[in-house]
Amino acid sequence: MSVRYTEFHPRWYRPPMSVFWWAGRRSYLIFVLRELSSIFTAWSVVFLLLLVHAVSEGSRQYRQFLNLSSNPWMLTLNVITLAFLVFHAVTWFNLAPQAMVVRLRGNRVPRSAIAGAHYAGWALLSALAAWLILR
Amino acid sequence: MADRIILQVSRYRPERELEPTTQEYEIPLNEEWAVLDGLNHVKDTLDGTLSYRWSCRMGICGSCGMTVNGEPRLTCATFLTDYRPGPIRIEPLHNFPVIRDLVVEIGDFMRKLPQVKPWLIHGEDTAAPQSELLQTPADLDEYKQYSMCINCMLCYSACPIVGLEEDFLGPAAIALAQRYNLDSRDEGADERLDVLSTAAGVWGCTFVGECTKACPKGVDPAGAIQRYKLTAATDSLRSFLMPWRSS
Repeated sequence: MSVRYTEFHPRWYRPPMSVFWWAGRRSYLIFVLRELSSIFTAWSVVFLLLLVHAVSEGSRQYRQFLNLSSNPWMLTLNVITLAFLVFHAVTWFNLAPQAMVVRLRGNRVPRSAIAGAHYAGWALLSALAAWLILR
Repeated sequence: MADRIILQVSRYRPERELEPTTQEYEIPLNEEWAVLDGLNHVKDTLDGTLSYRWSCRMGICGSCGMTVNGEPRLTCATFLTDYRPGPIRIEPLHNFPVIRDLVVEIGDFMRKLPQVKPWLIHGEDTAAPQSELLQTPADLDEYKQYSMCINCMLCYSACPIVGLEEDFLGPAAIALAQRYNLDSRDEGADERLDVLSTAAGVWGCTFVGECTKACPKGVDPAGAIQRYKLTAATDSLRSFLMPWRSS
């Protein structure tokens, strides 16, 4: 192994950063999983657009889409996607109070209230979606 | 016989080895000793060749940051008894080149820090103000948390982006920029925007959040960076929607 020389000092040791730097620490692993969840978020959007497209093309296309969706591999993918979507939402909602400083009448709104508002909004929209589908 | 504990200390002597090795020292486990006291005991009585930085011993100077059992810590504020029965692994701060033993090279941070202009800026006027610049307690509260930074660089050691992207300004520098941006006496926010709202500035941060956990002074650099992202994004949107209002 050769020694790396630098301009102002003969031999600084520069520790190499492993490709698996994220694997040795729980918080780094959660961070990498949260970043990875973006891919599944994007897939859920694509899947939704495919559904809208199938609906607009008529009943035959819609039935084909349903057949595709009931494939075991598609179901598996979508279950994994759902898990990552929940993970994505929960981790970001929990981080939101750190990024948002909201003041009401000069007082800072507590962090729990900001996170709570995010969860309340999520619950409200989910209830609205459920009502639209199930009514 | 009093309790004893083993310190596993990272040694790097560039004149004789290519990469760090570990040396063990057995020291007394005194209740009131911090890890730094343990290192001082080693230096004074066991091995005078061990190199490390320290100064105030009370969490103010920010010079005794090291990696203790994998965590970036101020060694003056980290007690030996919390690691009973040991051993305790002591390494230099991560993400910095090592000069010798536990001493790291901090020139990179020292070059980045002045880029964010961490001082009060009064527009074009460089002369000292003629009267006091008064603030209310609420004005002080806006930035006080960020002014507690002691430049100990534990946040740089905790941040994987600092290790991966050498141009990244880093948590402390951005938090210090926010300390001045949020100060009611300061008018330099526009000057700092050019440095902060870049890929090497706040947009380099992916919100791992470890900087805030590592900070021994409760500064919350991760929060400062995310708050600034909101400011920068709002600013861009405003100048896009209302170009006549941007300077």
